[in-house]
Amino acid sequence: MTAGFVVIALLTIAAGVAAMSLRHLIHCSLALVAAFIGLAAAYLHLGAQFVGFAQVLVYVGAVSILVVFAILLTRGGEDRSERLFSGSWVAGIATAVAVLGVLVWAVSRSAAVRREVSEPAEVTVRQIGDLLMTRFVLPLEVIGLLLTAALIGAVIIAMHEREGRK
Amino acid sequence: MAEAVDQIFVAAKHWLVSLAPEAWQPWVSVLLSIAALMVVFGTLFAVTTVLERKGLGRIQNRFGPNRVGPFGILQPLADGIKALVKEDIVPRVADRVVHFLAPVVMIIPPFLALAVLPFGRNMTFVEFDAAILFFFAVGASMELAVFMAGWSSRNKYSLLGAMRAIAQMISYEIPLILSSVSVIMIVGSLSPGEIVAVQAGYTNGLPNWHLLTPWGIAGFVLFMIAATAESNRSPFDLPEGESEIVAGYYIEYSGFKFALFFLGEYLGLFAVSGLGITLFLGGWHAPFAFLGFLPSWFWFFAKLFALISVFIWVRGTLPRLRQDQLMNFAWKFMLPMALVNLVAAAVWHFMAPLPVVARWVAVSLIVAGPYVMLGRELMVRKNLSKRTYRFAE
Repeated sequence: MTAGFVVIALLTIAAGVAAMSLRHLIHCSLALVAAFIGLAAAYLHLGAQFVGFAQVLVYVGAVSILVVFAILLTRGGEDRSERLFSGSWVAGIATAVAVLGVLVWAVSRSAAVRREVSEPAEVTVRQIGDLLMTRFVLPLEVIGLLLTAALIGAVIIAMHEREGRK
Repeated sequence: MAEAVDQIFVAAKHWLVSLAPEAWQPWVSVLLSIAALMVVFGTLFAVTTVLERKGLGRIQNRFGPNRVGPFGILQPLADGIKALVKEDIVPRVADRVVHFLAPVVMIIPPFLALAVLPFGRNMTFVEFDAAILFFFAVGASMELAVFMAGWSSRNKYSLLGAMRAIAQMISYEIPLILSSVSVIMIVGSLSPGEIVAVQAGYTNGLPNWHLLTPWGIAGFVLFMIAATAESNRSPFDLPEGESEIVAGYYIEYSGFKFALFFLGEYLGLFAVSGLGITLFLGGWHAPFAFLGFLPSWFWFFAKLFALISVFIWVRGTLPRLRQDQLMNFAWKFMLPMALVNLVAAAVWHFMAPLPVVARWVAVSLIVAGPYVMLGRELMVRKNLSKRTYRFAE
């Protein structure tokens, strides 16, 4: 644990807490973006350049815009007057603790923990690109097909409404 | 001698760093780089504002600023002082924190993006392998600053402007990245230094720039159009259309915050122009072999000024588009053409053993055929005819 990691981790956690506890939904989403940036910084700190930049490009650049658009297009953009905690907060915390317990139990018993940690190799973006185009080309194509289908589906949903009006 | 002038800034930095005590040297080096980046592009911003106002003035048959200093060249100084002493007005209902943060967030991404571009031989502030990916990643976070500014002002015009700006930036980011991908594909690297190195040298007296290939011409034109839209400049300046939504997302900003938005916009323009120079115009290489005695940084900034002049020229010439025209143009024309250009670049790469003329003819046809067909297809059912004006004639 280096000083850099501690700073990044604290900032990310603080942003995450802010995203949960701020009253205004837009503020929450902006705090969420700060948490995304913190995660990207953590990836870069670990030497994973590609994941770090992809995190910024996809989450900070695109997903955050999607989130704020969704909030603005629904009624969530207005100020909330309800309480910060919902009525079922006891049950919520109990569920969260139970899930955490199961996860900790499962992780501590898994073989991956006992395996010896080998020195991580220096992975460059070039190597990732090479592998994506050779060994993992089929998964890449499948994901591409899936995204294309999603895109066409979105266009069709948007088109249908317009035809109905005519 | 030419060598010394070429490396003068690198040598100066090394000398300054060597003055500092051993333990501080990495920090001094970083601080010097940051200071140089901010001073150079801050000055360039000042020069560009004068150039733009003068140039637009000439195009519109008037003088432009000519009161402060000789020929009005001290105008940015006066503007800066004015912006600093102006009252900073924040609307009463505005979201104060976000309203304050938006201009700050606005100017960070372009500075980060500029830091990875090679300005001359050995003159890249931060060098790493995936720099082009980094460039687009930080470029994408500009949209968030625009949203923050538009939303926090609690003004419907500013929110409308922000929505327009975000829709436009997301739409044109795709052709921008796709037209750059053709270069990345041909070079096989995401590092700007390597992309510039590939374009070194001359054949038959002409430079080996990517611009001088059929896919390079098409890619450069697509890149420049998308870059104009990305930096919200005329003819794509709907987000701040004065006649419709007053000033768009920064309508509620005054004083130096307004100046920061201006600065952010121009820095974005410099960054994207610098990327265009790196990808298509040979980076810091001289256009002809006999001009190679001029320093490398001179060529980079000469090309930058040339591109900025083109942007000013376009701004003074073309009228503003309409929102639906803007979106149709991005999705129905720019995107297919960028994809076609990608195929053209691949064909160019695989036709390497064939003679140059065959390559040129084949790849030009691949680009020109879809261009003509797409253009005709989009004109159908538009009923284009000469516009008649009821009161102006």
